[in-house]
Amino acid sequence: MRVGLFVTCLVDLMRPRIGFAALRLLEAAGCEVVVPGTQTCCGQPGYNSGDRASARALATKMLDEFEGFEYVVAPSGSCAGMIRTHYPDLFRDEPVTLDRIRRLCAKTYELTDFLASVARLDAVPGAFDGTVTYHDSCSGLRELGVQAQPRALLARVAGLELAEMKDSTVCCGFGGTFSVKFGDVSAAMAEKKCANIAASGADAVVLGDLGCMLNIEGRLRRGGDERTRVLHVAEVLAGSESGQ
Amino acid sequence: MQPQSVHFKRRAAAGLADAQLQSNMRRFGGRFAAARAKVVGELDDFEGTRTAAAQARDRALANLDVWIERFEREATRRGATVLFAETGAEVARLVIELCRRHGVRKVAKSKSMLSEEASLNQRLEAAGVQAVETDLGEYILQLAGEPPSHIIAPAIHKSKEEVADLFERAHGRRRTLDIPQMTREAREVLRSHFLTADMGISGGNFLIAETGSVAVVTNEGNGRMVTTLPRVHVCITGIEKVLPTLEDLALVMRLLPRSATGQSISNYVTVATGVRGPGERDGPEHMYFILVDNGRTNLVGTDMQEMLRCIRCGACMNHCPVYQTIGGHAYGWVYPGPMGSVLTPSYIGLENALDLPHAATLCGECGVVCPVKIPLPELLRKLREKQVDRGLRPRSEVLAIRAWSWLAQRPRLYAAATRVAARCLRFLGGGRRMIRHLPFGGAWTKGRDMPAPEGRTFRELYARRRADSGQ
Repeated sequence: MRVGLFVTCLVDLMRPRIGFAALRLLEAAGCEVVVPGTQTCCGQPGYNSGDRASARALATKMLDEFEGFEYVVAPSGSCAGMIRTHYPDLFRDEPVTLDRIRRLCAKTYELTDFLASVARLDAVPGAFDGTVTYHDSCSGLRELGVQAQPRALLARVAGLELAEMKDSTVCCGFGGTFSVKFGDVSAAMAEKKCANIAASGADAVVLGDLGCMLNIEGRLRRGGDERTRVLHVAEVLAGSESGQ
Repeated sequence: MQPQSVHFKRRAAAGLADAQLQSNMRRFGGRFAAARAKVVGELDDFEGTRTAAAQARDRALANLDVWIERFEREATRRGATVLFAETGAEVARLVIELCRRHGVRKVAKSKSMLSEEASLNQRLEAAGVQAVETDLGEYILQLAGEPPSHIIAPAIHKSKEEVADLFERAHGRRRTLDIPQMTREAREVLRSHFLTADMGISGGNFLIAETGSVAVVTNEGNGRMVTTLPRVHVCITGIEKVLPTLEDLALVMRLLPRSATGQSISNYVTVATGVRGPGERDGPEHMYFILVDNGRTNLVGTDMQEMLRCIRCGACMNHCPVYQTIGGHAYGWVYPGPMGSVLTPSYIGLENALDLPHAATLCGECGVVCPVKIPLPELLRKLREKQVDRGLRPRSEVLAIRAWSWLAQRPRLYAAATRVAARCLRFLGGGRRMIRHLPFGGAWTKGRDMPAPEGRTFRELYARRRADSGQ
């Protein structure tokens, strides 16, 4: 399987190790992975800010870069959701491009969804000594139905125990530009999430999206919790969570 | 109600800082959502029922004029009078006129969000007519002089202690915190109002075109009192509330109480049709419908029309993490939460509620629970697009998004810029690898840290790795 890996702009800038973890997992699943060097951003910031023209320009760029692959995989439900759920809307009046977009949508997957449903990865390389709780990121959950897949994969991580938190599917308050437009509301929402994470007693909260990750980790640390680790599901599955 | 939606940020901050409100919201938080989750499984095919209800609402909206005319004909045939109001002020003018015509001095009201749109109570009072709210929540708020903060649980922001204080002051009886006792007390006070009111004003959950009826859904029975006891009944509702048939009503009623309060059926469903007939013992002598536009036709036939499907269950706000964090008053007008963030700018003008379409994380839960499948997140996004198209967004925001997009279309420049950013931010993170004060990002770092990047971009590391491995 020839897979184009879309590492996403946030992973590229903030957490390269997650990109490498995704790479390792896809290779473990027997994929030939290509990382197009010109990739940048899927266009979601523009789309959610009401700037369709910006979003369209970046969607067109994504299409050119990734339509040649058998599959497109991103370690983010938010970016994969942008492509699968929202790209068609951006090209609704352009039938020729829309056709190409639809084909791109059909082969675009969030990482754990791809590993569990398409590549059917049986043995995961990672090991984890402790308890984790899983936060369901909004777009992955509601736009792509990512819920059972990461849990099924986590169950195969040696030593890992899953303790579900209360309201795991409730938004952490990130919401892209929402987090800076309404910083205090966003932080208050993050605080509720952090309280649920703490109550679960887990050593780490595991999730599938960088936005939530930065939001939750930032709030935990500001609140004085230096202990609870915040890990991307790819890091845990790939066993690279202790760094490069 | 005077719109205050332009002050959303200030009002949201006030909600966050209000310890009493926060404690009340925490206590209420999730109760309706949990109740809904329990009863959804009672229907064999909840999803199919949602689809059917959405289609039924769409059928009504597709030929709204035809169904309204049918309704008018049938209601008139049964002795009611159908009036139309374009604005809230016109609603109040019509009601005051009816009060004069029928010598009305006291009005008993059941819950009507439209009367909030019309500031009816204040306007009636100014005209010398006493209006008494008979829905328990609305009654509490009338005593407190506050607007509702939720469309079906208007006083959800109040604790029983606050209510006890209000009752003690208004009723002059001994203060009690026993809720059944408090309810009995309100009941006794309200009973005399029902019996002495000259006019009953109700809202309308639905209008039935084929019979000219109004359906009123309540849990307290006050809706039934108001529509049957006083000699004049005035029903005020939006023009979009029309359903073609009673069968449509039966369909949406399978969803409304379940989605709203998590009840299989509400305690009372009143279908009021026409005036008291010859030989009948109950019902009003005079019945009026005031069908209100107040911005609704702005949506008919547009890409926002799906919003008019709304059956006012409140599920979107019950499941909205933003609403649950700041409370309903932050939204600044009659309708809070996701449905309010779509309705308010649509009714009172995009420029008068600039923050509302952005006051959502687009988490999508409102769209998932909406019983008539209104794509609320998509509608919020459309409003954001309309704001940009009309030049209503701050210039700095528009430029920032454009600059990002411009940069992201130039991979080499983007790679260079992110290289620099990764290093600078890494430096700001210091030994803790957490940024406490982000330049130009104070709104983020006021309430949380910003985790610092690792210091090198994926792109750099990947290129190096490929070079090392000789590929």
